[in-house]
Amino acid sequence: METPYAIEMLNITKRFPGIIANDNITLQLKRGEIHALLGENGAGKSTLMSVLFGLYQAEEGIIKKDGKEVKINNPNDANDLGIGMVHQHFKLVQCFTVLENIILGVETTKNGVLQKDEARKKVMALSQKYGLMVDPDALIQDITVGMQQRTEILKMLYRDNEILIFDEPTAVLTPQEIEELMQIMKNLAKEGKSILFISHKLNEIMEVADRCTVLRRGKYIGTVNIKDTTQEELSRMMVGRDVQLVVEKGPAHPGDVVLDIQGMTVASKVHDNNAVKNVSLQVRSGEIVCIAGIDGNGQTEFVYGLSGLEPLVSGKITLCGKDISHASIRERAAEMSHIPEDRHKHGLVLDYPLEYNLVLQRYWQPEFSKNGILDHKAIREYADRLIEENDVRSGQGAITLARSMSGGNQQKAIIARELDKHHELLLAVQPTRGLDVGAIEGVHRNLIKERDSGKAVLLVSLELEEVMNVSDRILVMYEGEIVGDLDPKQITVEELGLYMAGAKRNTGEGA
Amino acid sequence: MNEKVSFFKRPGVQTFVSSIICVVFGLLLGFIILFVINSKGAVTGIVTLLKNFMNYPSQAAQMKYLGNTLVKMAPLLMCALSICFCYKAGLFNIGAAGQYVVGAGACLYAALALKLPWIVCMLCAAVVGALWGMVVGFLKANLNVNEVISGIMLNWIGLYLVNMSLSGVKELSSPYTLKLTAVNPSALLPSMGLSALFSKNQYVTIAIPLSILTAVLLWFILNKTTFGYELKATGFNKEAARYAGMKEKRNIIVTLMIGGALAGIGAAFLYLTGFEEWSVSQAAVPSMGFNGIAATFLGGLNPIGTIFASYFIQHITSGGAYLDKALYPSQCSDLIIALIIYLCGFVLFFKTVMNRPKKAPVKDTRFKPEEKGGKQA
Repeated sequence: METPYAIEMLNITKRFPGIIANDNITLQLKRGEIHALLGENGAGKSTLMSVLFGLYQAEEGIIKKDGKEVKINNPNDANDLGIGMVHQHFKLVQCFTVLENIILGVETTKNGVLQKDEARKKVMALSQKYGLMVDPDALIQDITVGMQQRTEILKMLYRDNEILIFDEPTAVLTPQEIEELMQIMKNLAKEGKSILFISHKLNEIMEVADRCTVLRRGKYIGTVNIKDTTQEELSRMMVGRDVQLVVEKGPAHPGDVVLDIQGMTVASKVHDNNAVKNVSLQVRSGEIVCIAGIDGNGQTEFVYGLSGLEPLVSGKITLCGKDISHASIRERAAEMSHIPEDRHKHGLVLDYPLEYNLVLQRYWQPEFSKNGILDHKAIREYADRLIEENDVRSGQGAITLARSMSGGNQQKAIIARELDKHHELLLAVQPTRGLDVGAIEGVHRNLIKERDSGKAVLLVSLELEEVMNVSDRILVMYEGEIVGDLDPKQITVEELGLYMAGAKRNTGEGA
Repeated sequence: MNEKVSFFKRPGVQTFVSSIICVVFGLLLGFIILFVINSKGAVTGIVTLLKNFMNYPSQAAQMKYLGNTLVKMAPLLMCALSICFCYKAGLFNIGAAGQYVVGAGACLYAALALKLPWIVCMLCAAVVGALWGMVVGFLKANLNVNEVISGIMLNWIGLYLVNMSLSGVKELSSPYTLKLTAVNPSALLPSMGLSALFSKNQYVTIAIPLSILTAVLLWFILNKTTFGYELKATGFNKEAARYAGMKEKRNIIVTLMIGGALAGIGAAFLYLTGFEEWSVSQAAVPSMGFNGIAATFLGGLNPIGTIFASYFIQHITSGGAYLDKALYPSQCSDLIIALIIYLCGFVLFFKTVMNRPKKAPVKDTRFKPEEKGGKQA
């Protein structure tokens, strides 16, 4: 019997202690279609994909390949069935060439000697056919993120995978690269590959997908044809209520200078040059200043230098009139809240319960400890209040291990902690990374509320939409320098992209 | 929201169960070895081992030898606590063995050469042990030298330094140091009437209750104080600790100093009872510090659990002495004990096994098909 479906996951149910991660979910992927999988953080997308990959066994439900029921017990089975995936974080060997990475694990050998010529021919043919431009002999560490992603795609194609999964593939790309990726995906689908596209970004789904399946809190909400739907409808399905896609905000009323940075230079850990070069800027109370730029242009080092995680090579930082250029992290934290870029590395102690994480910046204050002894009762009450006020969802409330929480709720916890503590400056680094529209809306509201209550907000973001919508002033960072001081109301996304790519700069600013 | 975690999923219960499994496996393996060497005596052999002091018929003798087991448990417990405490801060203090050695050297030198009273001798052991730990901590914090490497090196340096400095206070005819009872009885730890409870076992001193109190104190520090909070945070995630403004370098040094002091005091707890003398010709680091590693893991990395684990390990170690020497070579008991102790380190392994079937999803470790896959070249 011929079915139009390449892969079908029927009535999948997967439970974890205390939570039903997938509750009777059905996902049918047609041959040659681009099928988007949309859902909030913690909606069950990851679990569903893990089931498809054989990392988890579903308690109920079956998986069919070409109409025939299959058992997928481990990732090897998935691979044998032709299921491949481009991970959000690429799995490439940095010091190998593109070609070596593509054939890694499936090398053809002759008497124990690698045979690369044939592989090269196949890779070049695939690259031609799908318009995936790569240099097979370039080292991964030397090529752009976009080319790395194309390498990942070629890896799947080289293995003759028919079902391709893209896990939030656009998060790390520039606008131009996103355009290219969309085209590549369309080409792949035209050639008969079936694509599962996991994304939070509604505009991308609208542009590229044929159909979209929406999950919410582990439940199947529905599958819609993209032709017959709108962004608003999709976001309503995903979040369960109306979401404002564009942030509403009044004009800014900038006050006194809260943060004044003069000639900040920070060394790089990777190379001998400085990662941040002679950066000067000011942030006033009641305004949101955004540092925009493509990942890896010195933003991370800038944040480290400002928060005290890395020492300055030179320069002066003044916060609330006090010179903090060489102050300790805790001294800086007296007036500064910091939502860190990497919530697992810096933001949370994952093996601590939620309540301990919520007092991470304040456990030493008299409110939570006396004479060096923790006041567990006060900590619990405080944690319960923050959890309640900020709708942080977790399996067991205050005592849940941070590790077992979904990414979105981990981020909510960090934001709750940082906003509740005393601060005059909020340093928010990619605060919406990996969050869904519902949560993003919440974060943006919080940022604007902060601004309107007279705090100075310094936002570091890679998301163009966020940069355009939230900020009152945009500073573009390119190769460690501020190359543009822009007004979001007077600039287009395309123009901003040119600044970010280093093709344009307006000089003579810096504040 | 607040769903109850099932009984067998509670971490405490899991640790306990896996500790028991380790013990049973260790005994089973010991039994097999005995059986292979001499099948007739295997059952009585393993029972003898387990009975330890209960091999004696009279209750008075039983109490006396229980006392002996406890005397040696105290230093073991202190070494185990040293390792446990450092482990919580993410540091593997294998140097506890060396800190124990320099502690022994310091307290014996203070007692025999300087003729100081016991409390000063004990303090000397603590201070020198802490110094030994501080070296490791300093290297780790400032130069990022692995604490295992520098710890092991210092174990040997300590051993020979101690052998050297104690050779001036040894007996003429043997490599052993002078007897405390003869040279300086004021350095003997007081018994405070405890020896009476153990059939006048003169070696039973306040060391035993003090070591248990130390365990309770450490439990308190780790779970109830800001210092413990910082320590564990640093152990779990050094970067996050730094982000939160903790002085992680200072904490590393202080942690290893405390660990060193604990191991040093552990040595004082043994050598200041007069139960043993130090042999200045010994060419191996005493196993006390290493057995402490097993006791820590068997105790589920919990100071309170470590009390019971230390007792158990000392119990079978002492019990080994009662194996029938006619049936088994004298090394046999050491071998079996070594096996059991070795298996004690498997607590974490069994815990992992128990948790395997339904592990909660952890981000970034999901889907790795191409890493394991790729058979279809």
